[in-house]
Amino acid sequence: MSVLEFSALLFGTSLLAGFLGSLTGLGGGVVIVPVLALFFKMDIRYAIGASLVSVIATSSGAAVAYVREGFSNIRIGMFLEVATTVGACFGAYLATRVSNRWIAIVFGLVLLYSAIASFRQRDEAVPGAAKLPNPLATKLQLNGEYPGPLGAEPYTAQRVPLGFGIMFGAGTLSGLLGIGSGAVKVLAMDQAMKLPFKVSTTTSNFMIGVTAAASAGIYLSRGYIEPQIAMPVMLGVLAGALAGTQFLVKAKVATLKYLFAVVIVLLGCEMIWSGVTGRIG
Amino acid sequence: MNRPTDRELDRSVALLLRIGVTLSAAIVILGGILLRRGLFNAVPDYTHFHPGDPGLRSFMEIVQGALKFDPKSVIQFGLLLLIATPVARVLLCLIGFARQRNLLYLVVGTVVLLILTLSFVRSS
Repeated sequence: MSVLEFSALLFGTSLLAGFLGSLTGLGGGVVIVPVLALFFKMDIRYAIGASLVSVIATSSGAAVAYVREGFSNIRIGMFLEVATTVGACFGAYLATRVSNRWIAIVFGLVLLYSAIASFRQRDEAVPGAAKLPNPLATKLQLNGEYPGPLGAEPYTAQRVPLGFGIMFGAGTLSGLLGIGSGAVKVLAMDQAMKLPFKVSTTTSNFMIGVTAAASAGIYLSRGYIEPQIAMPVMLGVLAGALAGTQFLVKAKVATLKYLFAVVIVLLGCEMIWSGVTGRIG
Repeated sequence: MNRPTDRELDRSVALLLRIGVTLSAAIVILGGILLRRGLFNAVPDYTHFHPGDPGLRSFMEIVQGALKFDPKSVIQFGLLLLIATPVARVLLCLIGFARQRNLLYLVVGTVVLLILTLSFVRSS
């Protein structure tokens, strides 16, 4: 295969992954690694490097729209980034120590979790718990206003240490697997800290770029980021994700979301199986 | 100097992210165009990992290569710029917190920036 054909094939695949990922809210990066490892037969380290770069691109690209809408909370994001960046450095360090087999197995489990988490009930209103006073959160200024249907509604974060701890885990997974680990970040903010769902998803997306940047330097110096692979993947995922956000308003995505979740579950099982049998090793 | 509100801070962050992503994508595309002579070569073997050209793994050498319009270095430089975009975002928020006289978040932001800087310094 020539470099041209290879790049075109990678670009097309990444375009589709980015498009479906942004349309369904599952993120494009999460399928890139299994597709590159399983179908393109690439060493998982190249796949992880290319994925991490595309995660930074889509996070920064999508954050433009979110930040302007006024849902994301810069202070909560910044505070939790302390946990995710330390976690990401730890994860990137682990990635150089752990064998490819284990990376494949952990990756598979995260894929399964992401697919399940995407079907959790989403409450658009500010949860009742977010209206309780919380001394620690108040001291740390982890509060804000949410543009609800009845005007601006104030909210305050709950269970701050738990959220912070889960964020460290999210950062570690991000650094280990080259993904945004948005599903785990949303878990920390939405489930643990009881923040409004929209605030959780947009702030999570906002944090993904900074988290990924913390492990990108380590990836780059180790040679995980191979320009010939990262170029078509990054451009494809970014273009696909931007197209997806344009399309989002018009399309009915429920069926598509089910289909994509099934694809992710299958990829997750295949990754675990490949790790266990040593086909990825 | 008046203190910017959270909303104003939001808007400047959005602008910075847009510039960063657009510029880095453009440079990566430029690198792809420069690569044209190499496009008909066979694809190297990526089934097994090998760290590859050291010139594409250190910041200084990437910048030097990009200035000579070496295609792969140009792509790598674009990716480096992309990686720098969220870091610049932290810096911008830091300026915002300083102007809001928010000492607590000035400290929190500095810690994040320090972790990011350390991750880069240690790896290169």
